[in-house]
Amino acid sequence: MFSGETLVLLGKSGGGKSVFLRHLIGLMRPLSGSITFEHEEITTLDERALEPVRRRIGMLFQDGALFDSMNVFDNVAFPLRERGEKNPATIAQKVAESLAMVNMTGHDKKMPVNLSGGMRKRVALARAIISPPSVILYDEPTAGLDPIVSDSINKLIRHLQKELHVTSIVVTHDMVSCFHIADRVALLDQGRIYFVGSPEELKSTTDPVIRDFVDGRSGETIY
Amino acid sequence: MALVRLLGNLTTNFLTFLGQVAILAWETLGSIACGRIRLRLVMQQIAEIGYRSQLVVIVTGAFTGAVFTAQAYFQFAALNMETAVGPVVALSMFRELGPTLTGVMVAGRVGAAMCAEIGTMKVSQQIDALRALAVNPVDYLVVPRAVAMFISMPFLVVECVGFGILASYYTGVQVLNIPGVYFLANIQKWTDSSDITMSLVKGFFFAGVIVFISCREGLGAKDGAVGVGRATTSTVVNCSLAILISNFFLTMALNIFFPAG
Repeated sequence: MFSGETLVLLGKSGGGKSVFLRHLIGLMRPLSGSITFEHEEITTLDERALEPVRRRIGMLFQDGALFDSMNVFDNVAFPLRERGEKNPATIAQKVAESLAMVNMTGHDKKMPVNLSGGMRKRVALARAIISPPSVILYDEPTAGLDPIVSDSINKLIRHLQKELHVTSIVVTHDMVSCFHIADRVALLDQGRIYFVGSPEELKSTTDPVIRDFVDGRSGETIY
Repeated sequence: MALVRLLGNLTTNFLTFLGQVAILAWETLGSIACGRIRLRLVMQQIAEIGYRSQLVVIVTGAFTGAVFTAQAYFQFAALNMETAVGPVVALSMFRELGPTLTGVMVAGRVGAAMCAEIGTMKVSQQIDALRALAVNPVDYLVVPRAVAMFISMPFLVVECVGFGILASYYTGVQVLNIPGVYFLANIQKWTDSSDITMSLVKGFFFAGVIVFISCREGLGAKDGAVGVGRATTSTVVNCSLAILISNFFLTMALNIFFPAG
């Protein structure tokens, strides 16, 4: 990965994209191989030793993974409080800034159960960026969202890249989203990176495996 | 052959579970020793575990004391030993029934809730979110519950025993006409501080049994809502069995330090 770029990781459902992302932040451990983050080998670190690494990485889970016992404000303020911030005014100001960045101002008293899928993802994103990370991992940020909300999430990812200069890895199989946000694209096929290149190279390739994925062809003829 | 394999699997599963509970207990006690305690969460858990469990524990203790008194009276009256009912009930409440019944009731009320809450967090990726935010789930979820449980359980045991003896006094003296002076005098004669200590030690031990089994089951929950339901049922069964079985061994061991009579 290059610093500050957005890499989109494409691949079939169940192909291991989310598992790959979970390995990057140490939520799962690889059976073999290694992961290096900012010149540090992280696959051998235990939970406690991973904490400083995780503080520099934000992760957006597929369904947001908001804490359902807390309202939106407390969810977004959670990382700040856990990192020792005690001043209520500072917390309120930073939460307001984060919520404004994801267009969720005014929803801070709502509980997660009362939010739509798109709102949950935006709140989760606000939580991920409140202590500005150097890397953000997005797990299917537009899955299950309507095209308009998907577009707003795509713009938001681009905006965060420009505003915060973060390095992003986005797991998706949404081609519209891919071409909107990617600096580089990687295609995962049968557990291996089959292709890495620019969105333009992806569009113009004649490789049948990639073309099937880009054009959405299953190859089945039974119906 | 199939029977041997079944027994082997059961033993392996049991030892695995025991090991997981022991590791969780070790991690939790280590975190407590290192001072990784969130006081706000501890207070919330004390309210949930201690404050809100009082009614169920008091009712259980009171009615057990009352019915035990009635049964003891029916047996002792034939021997003209009615005044022995007080100490028999008091000793039983202090040494066995108080801590055990409190443990089983708290396991049903609090242990199940703990497991369901943590299990739901597990299957909805909230625990992964905690880890991704560099927060250790044991520190955030288990430590406050463990501290609150260790603080609350001795108080709950005392309430259970206290209301059990009060109900026993009322039933014995007011309903069954046992002379109140002898009832109290015999309780004072046959019980001492070692009985209270034994009660508190058992309460403290059962607190650990409930919190570590419940949290382990919750943290190990999988397969969505069905898995959480399965883990919750398993929590109540395992906690209750662990309390009843360990109570026997605790009684035998504590009797060396605090002999009855």
